[in-house]
Amino acid sequence: MNEKVMRNQRKWQTILFAGIIIALTYLSSDITDFNIVHGIATLPDAAIWIFSNLFVTQESLERLPKILGKLAETILMSIAATTTGTVVALFLGLMGSKTTGTSNALAMFARFIASVARNIPVVAWALILLLSFGQNSVTGYLALFVGSVGFLTRAFIESIDEASQSAVEALRATGATYFQIVYKAVIPQCLPQMISWILFMIETNIRSATLVGILTGTGIGYSFDLYYKTLNYNAVALVTLCIVLSVIVIELMSNHIRKVIL
Amino acid sequence: MEAISISPHIKRKANGKISIKTGNKSERVMKWTISTLTLLTIMAFLFFNYDGLDLAKAIPETAYNLKVMFLEPGLSHFTWGAAFYQVGITLGLAFLSTILGAVIAFFLALMAATNLSNKWISKTVRIFVAIVRAVPTVLWVLIFAIAAGLGSEAAILGMLFHSIAYLVKAFSEAFEEVDKGIMEALKATGASWWHIVTHAVVPSTFTYLLSWTFLRFEINFSVAVAMGAAAGAGGIGFELFMASGFYFDMREVGLITYMILLLAIILELMSTRLKNRYFPATAK
Repeated sequence: MNEKVMRNQRKWQTILFAGIIIALTYLSSDITDFNIVHGIATLPDAAIWIFSNLFVTQESLERLPKILGKLAETILMSIAATTTGTVVALFLGLMGSKTTGTSNALAMFARFIASVARNIPVVAWALILLLSFGQNSVTGYLALFVGSVGFLTRAFIESIDEASQSAVEALRATGATYFQIVYKAVIPQCLPQMISWILFMIETNIRSATLVGILTGTGIGYSFDLYYKTLNYNAVALVTLCIVLSVIVIELMSNHIRKVIL
Repeated sequence: MEAISISPHIKRKANGKISIKTGNKSERVMKWTISTLTLLTIMAFLFFNYDGLDLAKAIPETAYNLKVMFLEPGLSHFTWGAAFYQVGITLGLAFLSTILGAVIAFFLALMAATNLSNKWISKTVRIFVAIVRAVPTVLWVLIFAIAAGLGSEAAILGMLFHSIAYLVKAFSEAFEEVDKGIMEALKATGASWWHIVTHAVVPSTFTYLLSWTFLRFEINFSVAVAMGAAAGAGGIGFELFMASGFYFDMREVGLITYMILLLAIILELMSTRLKNRYFPATAK
């Protein structure tokens, strides 16, 4: 009897859940003017268009040096934003973690900064900074920097909380100072995790850098936008190919590093 | 020689002293990674394009803009109703691409999971997913925009591609962790592949699938904002782009930013709770 009631309840829950999902889907397609049939119908068109237009030709290959220069700028920008972001995030992480934090107010402050920096999208930062910093690498760098600080602080707080309790206590018992504890117990323990997060952030930043580049007119995003708007689709294909290859290479490299250190 | 034969497990230097630092591979790789990244960062700052940058002017201006944004937010080009409607559009874009992505990813993940499919299909799906993931979302959206026209369809298709790639990876990993015993027991009774999926795989992974889908929804919300700004997909992102790029109206930018921030924080709190509940190993 009891089992039957429970099974019934379960069934109703499932139906209710499915109903809510369907209602939300309907509502969403209504508000966004999305027609699923039409959407699916455009897929073959899109595929045909991609195969007939998006290929690299001899002519577009001439632009390769220029594109590679922009690509290098984008990759360097993402790495610089990540590493400098790491330095700031490390301090905020130490402040925000329960094991290494010195006061509650500071911890709250660190978590607040991280939350705001993370949750305001990179796009918003890019647009705001563009107004006064102008169209150059620094704008893109700063936008990525703010996002990196937000994300890495949260990741670092989690790694520090997780890793170092007993070693910190042991060192504290020997009378070690705060910086000795951080330098000898916390950092060595969390370093592999932190490097893993840094590599992840670099990957993410290279993808976002394309987006930021389109908005702020810098790096590879700008090249893409330029060729896209001048309908030079062969060059667009080349730019896309360059981005894909560099992202895959960086992902493989960081996977390899992760495998060794973790 | 004698010392070594007594304790063969202690590493010694050539002169017989015990070496205190055993530089193992992982330490070397970490040092190498850190120094390479530092070097690249220094290079980055040397090679940056500093055209038209005037720090002395840019910093106070940005500070002023930020002050106006966060302390005096307000609307001037559209009403509150319109603002909420635009937020609704962004949420709709995120929701549709997540839910459609989840459904498609479910089937692809069944093909990608090594315990449910054969080696070749699984490999093909994985490579396909890796390539899809390497193209940034905004490029997918812009490429689809040529075929489908600017608007919600291109945006949803573009975001869908990335959601599928992300969810296939997460789902197939969840499927691979399903208890082998349950599957073998079902197989022994003569259950078909589809029976195994619906009666063993789905019930034991359902909550994981739901939480991953929600986590992707959180990501898709900020992606949808970005697509509105960069690819003309509409929604609050587009309004943000117009307010800052065309009207230069910092107060409106501030209000839009607050709205996005509020929603993003709510979504983050919800997903953190989900993570703590269903993935205690990764969240804690």
